[in-house]
Amino acid sequence: MRDPHYTFAYLDERTKRMIRRALLKAVAIPGYQVPFGSREMPLPYGWGTGGIQVTAAILGPQDVLKVIDQGADDTVNAVNIRRFFERTAGVATTERTRDATLIQTRHRIPETPLHERQIIVYQVPAPEPLHRLEPREAETRRLHGLAEYGLLHVKLYEDIARYGHVCTSYDYPVLVNGRYVMAPSPIPKFDNPKLHMNPALQLFGAGREKRIYAVPPYTSVQSLAFEDHPFEVQRWSRPCALCGATDSFLDEVVTDDRGGRMFVCSDTDYCGGRRERRAAA
Amino acid sequence: MYVAVKGGEAAIDHSVRLVAQARRGDATVPELTLEQIKQQLRLSVDRVMTEGSVYDPELAALAIKQAAGDLIEAIFLLRAFRATLPRLGYTRPVDTAEMRLQRRISAIFKDLPGGQLLGPTCDYTQRLLDFALAEEGTGSDPVFEEQKTGADSRFPLVLDLLDREGLIERQAPAEDDPAPADLTREPLAFPADRATRLQNLARGDEGFLLAMGYSTQRGYAHSHPFAGEIRYGSVEVELVPEELGFPVVIGEIELTECQMVNQFAGSKSEPPQFTRGYGLAFGHCERKAMAISLVDRALRAGELGERVESPAQMQEFVLSHSDSLEASGFVQHLKLPHYVDFQAELELVRKMR
Repeated sequence: MRDPHYTFAYLDERTKRMIRRALLKAVAIPGYQVPFGSREMPLPYGWGTGGIQVTAAILGPQDVLKVIDQGADDTVNAVNIRRFFERTAGVATTERTRDATLIQTRHRIPETPLHERQIIVYQVPAPEPLHRLEPREAETRRLHGLAEYGLLHVKLYEDIARYGHVCTSYDYPVLVNGRYVMAPSPIPKFDNPKLHMNPALQLFGAGREKRIYAVPPYTSVQSLAFEDHPFEVQRWSRPCALCGATDSFLDEVVTDDRGGRMFVCSDTDYCGGRRERRAAA
Repeated sequence: MYVAVKGGEAAIDHSVRLVAQARRGDATVPELTLEQIKQQLRLSVDRVMTEGSVYDPELAALAIKQAAGDLIEAIFLLRAFRATLPRLGYTRPVDTAEMRLQRRISAIFKDLPGGQLLGPTCDYTQRLLDFALAEEGTGSDPVFEEQKTGADSRFPLVLDLLDREGLIERQAPAEDDPAPADLTREPLAFPADRATRLQNLARGDEGFLLAMGYSTQRGYAHSHPFAGEIRYGSVEVELVPEELGFPVVIGEIELTECQMVNQFAGSKSEPPQFTRGYGLAFGHCERKAMAISLVDRALRAGELGERVESPAQMQEFVLSHSDSLEASGFVQHLKLPHYVDFQAELELVRKMR
């Protein structure tokens, strides 16, 4: 039930309009970080305030919202964000990827392929892919303007020279639409291929850093690599212990203090759906 | 056998109830009232209003009560509330020269027009625990009435006295002085002008600014500061309603202002003169106002042709890390689950070994 004390989806309409303008600009320039007047939300900075503001700005009463953290609907912060929108917008929520019109996510892209009538909103802690190499924003803005991404290529080269492979396992930088290098948020690089030519609209919100960016549907998103050292994703030598999936990202779960481990899908909806279908068969 | 953990919702509900219980403490002890907090924890209220960017002692007291005295959490509560408030208009700049003073001191002149007015300060007390305060009903002298100076006595701004001699840089606003940016509506962009920097510093965490200001006194961007003037008191706030066209006083707020005087050797175009650092805070926040003025001066290094080599002189370093909401949120977000990234790192470290 919607709490009548708050505007629909919490933010006032002027703020929503300001965010929508930033979103339109972001969609028009794929991968470019648009500064926006991020507001203080009733959740802490760094806990999804960027994603929440983007979701609040585009959410309509007919939407069906899914919120995941680490691929799961039941992690505490995902629960808190979902309840925030249940309370302030009264929208329907779901745990099923297929049924959602709007998915807010932290650190994962669902395993179930998205479709054209869906929007996925990523929570972004650090929007600047060059930040670890160049902390000054005035400088990184210049480098983006000149499409000067040599720093990143040198970093990849040094990794390969030293270890034989690239030592970035999540938030792996991507080139969007052949122009801007973008931080895909801390999704595992396993998810990077899903960014490419995705039928859904992908929006990224960084509340603390006050930036919004976007990947429109069917846009090229290439993970940075070299011809002789192509991009690779994580692989597991065993299937999910619960549903038997061999194509999903697996979380390692410690089962005892004697080295016992099991590997299960991080995407709880994907895993649960597979188990249901197996039980029905 | 591992079972996917359900029950996040129930756990959150329980934790909310535990917070409420812990906040109230022993139910046989009388509950704090907002009036008590406003009256007896006034400096907490002032800090929360300053960094929360809302002048409202009642709401600040509520935030302090709700946060169980955690001031950074109280600032967060107030800011989140503030973000939902409509913007009705902009007041005229307040005139601190016309401040109704409770305190006014200068460390650069022994005596000056208006004189030194100590007011309420712990500066010249011995910080001995006062065990009399532990007993209820013995802590105050409510009938004390200070001898007030004559109604016609004026307290000109100390720096204006130097200004008349041309010894200190002039800071009259230019004719085409643009309206200041509003940091609560527009994101910070670099390089930031001084008005924007001062806004950021006013909202910045007192502890952080204190440390940054302190660093300038220990060789990291030394600027030879003197406390030109510190004043604390009330000023009138005026608004010009569009339909009236003349200013109307809408209320009074308490402010603490610090004007720091700093050395400057001069440049090719400017003779040697003193320069300024400025700090302003709601209520009685002297430590904060002084820290701001030190950092403000340090951040003017570029403009004054000084070499930028210390953290307190670096805009991006200071302004990007001063906000307690941003810092507290991001530091504490490490509590959130990171199973997926950690899994990715586990795989990577195993591969690298």
